[in-house]
Amino acid sequence: MTEVQLFSTCLAEEFFPEVNDAAATVLERLRLKVTPVRGAFCCGQVAFNEGFRDEALDLSRRFLNSVEPGIPIVVPSGSCTSMLKIFYGDLLADDPALSAKAMAIRPWVFELSQFIVNVLKVKYIGARYERAVAYHPSCHLMRELGVRDEPMTLLSAVAGIRIRELRDREECCGFGGMFSVKFPHISASMLEDKLARIRESGAEVVVANDCGCLMQIGGGLSRAGDKIEVRHLAEVLAARQG
Amino acid sequence: MAEIPKARDFFESSRAAVSDHELRRKLESASARHLDHFAEVKAEFPAYDDERDAAHRIKTGAIAHLDELLIELKSKLEARGCKVFFAEDAAEARGYIVELAKGRGAKNVVKGKSMTTEEIELNGALERAGIDAVETDLGEYIVQLRGERPSHIITPAIHLSKEDIGQLFTDKFGIEYTAEPEKLTAEARSRLRTIFLNADFGVTGVNFAIAETGTLVIVENEGNGRLSSTMPETFVAVMGIEKVIPRLEDLSHFLEILARTATGQKLTTYTSFITGPRREGDLDGPREMHVVILDNGRSAMIADPVIREALNCIRCGACLNVCPIYRRIGGHAYRSVYPGPIGSIISPNLFGSAAGYLPFASTLCGACKDICPVKIDIPRILLHLRWKESAGEHRLKWPRAIERARRGARRFAKMARHPRTVRALGKLAAMVLKPFAHNGYLRRIPGPFGNWTKYRDFPRPRPHQRPAPGPERPPG
Repeated sequence: MTEVQLFSTCLAEEFFPEVNDAAATVLERLRLKVTPVRGAFCCGQVAFNEGFRDEALDLSRRFLNSVEPGIPIVVPSGSCTSMLKIFYGDLLADDPALSAKAMAIRPWVFELSQFIVNVLKVKYIGARYERAVAYHPSCHLMRELGVRDEPMTLLSAVAGIRIRELRDREECCGFGGMFSVKFPHISASMLEDKLARIRESGAEVVVANDCGCLMQIGGGLSRAGDKIEVRHLAEVLAARQG
Repeated sequence: MAEIPKARDFFESSRAAVSDHELRRKLESASARHLDHFAEVKAEFPAYDDERDAAHRIKTGAIAHLDELLIELKSKLEARGCKVFFAEDAAEARGYIVELAKGRGAKNVVKGKSMTTEEIELNGALERAGIDAVETDLGEYIVQLRGERPSHIITPAIHLSKEDIGQLFTDKFGIEYTAEPEKLTAEARSRLRTIFLNADFGVTGVNFAIAETGTLVIVENEGNGRLSSTMPETFVAVMGIEKVIPRLEDLSHFLEILARTATGQKLTTYTSFITGPRREGDLDGPREMHVVILDNGRSAMIADPVIREALNCIRCGACLNVCPIYRRIGGHAYRSVYPGPIGSIISPNLFGSAAGYLPFASTLCGACKDICPVKIDIPRILLHLRWKESAGEHRLKWPRAIERARRGARRFAKMARHPRTVRALGKLAAMVLKPFAHNGYLRRIPGPFGNWTKYRDFPRPRPHQRPAPGPERPPG
């Protein structure tokens, strides 16, 4: 394997540019040629989850026409990966041509940590990050993709890192895409408890694999004037010094 | 059709619920307790996942052959001396039971715990006919005394503390205040015993109905189901059409999982098998037994191949316990008899569009699907219901801010079809908003997603396509 396609995702491209840089850096250190997926901006999950099927279909068509099967497609998001790998099946059920395309790329789509640990069989990337870190597992990553241990495997191999236990860590942070603006009060109540757990963990940095969680948790910490930072897993893996 | 308040009430009720920290504390501790017990019993039962698969398979098969199974069940029940009534909707079921109670001159109705009778609003109908109906499950008894509805399908009084219940008993019975569970339970027990002894008409729900033998199975912990079904002269069992399973041997799979997921027990204290009324020579049991089999929208759910799966539900309540939303707003906020993840599927289908907003009130985190003992893919069905709503003729009427946000999401999706345009707009937004950012975040954002900054800051847009590696972002 010599080449990967890196799909930025809309949230990373617009709000967390360092995530894509870091993901590319990590993949390049693993001696892969990284080709960004430039022809598509969004996988369509926002429209899909909101029930806007036509719009989601258009975006899936865009995406499927912008990638090639046979070359791994790496995505720094559990949620977008679930969309591409799993929910495209439901979305495209009535469109045989697109559906065939989705089926063809499906085995080639991977979330970043899933790709590094399960496909490349790599655990140690030579990262150094001298901070106290709590890992928040994102929901789709765990429950749709079944990626539960991989991020921790990678984090544990980072030099200088101090892992802090996050209580009830598998509970959703309350982001949920449009849920966060449709039911902001419920979303905020979930966030409030997540932040309390983060504070009691003693972490300086919260790490997650999804920009959605980073937006929610980071936005909550910022509003509270808290010094704790949020980082994508890719950023920690790309770091060379504390 | 059950009495369901207007759609936008959910927004108000959930808002009130999340600001009630006392309620959140009670919900949190009760559901955590359930889940801890579940984790323990699951750990010592390695066959758990095999049993889940078996239960899923049996239920799915039963729903696919429901017509045949119901005919078989009916004939077996009748052969055992039961009267069977198929009720098309809640009104028919209510009407049948109320007329029966009147016809038998019933004065004191006792009820075993049953969500289906909540669904058909039986208590209110009996009351209007001048017949006193008492809930005899402790939790149901408590919420009935408070004039409330159950807030959980297994733990009806989950929203109350022992202090709340102590106060309730002092107010209602004039007894000295105590918050000791043993004393409160003893008080309720002695009152309920008297009620049972005077009962002339019993109503319970049904957990499983076995077609092969015509046996109804009731699973419970307090004996109220057994007493309600055996002490009164007339006994009525109320069940949804989906409760039927083909054979007696199928049952063991469900008994292995139901108590474990529902309450963290290996088996409930009482598992009653009821096969017909009292026979010649029997020492006890009702003289007369009726089985009301309720459709009330369930057939329509079967007609949809995705929604159909929700009828596998065995009402264990585990998805409520594990749901991060239920845990913060509680059952009453849903404004429906069936709250939580599974309720968000059932309610719009049984009660119509007034509950149509519920499938949207989920982050699709999937904790419900993970725990479901019959493996219902709840998030997938919620998504399906969202599409149906968006494509349907009877669109939901959302509160204005939410309608705006939804339109915004739709506009974004349309724009995102043109990556170059959306990237250019992203850059523009970044430029416009940059002066307003503090430490990388915006305190307030305009436009359709403005709700976000009611509760948290919004990251400043910084669109960028990768030039050189830059591993560390400046703090903040």
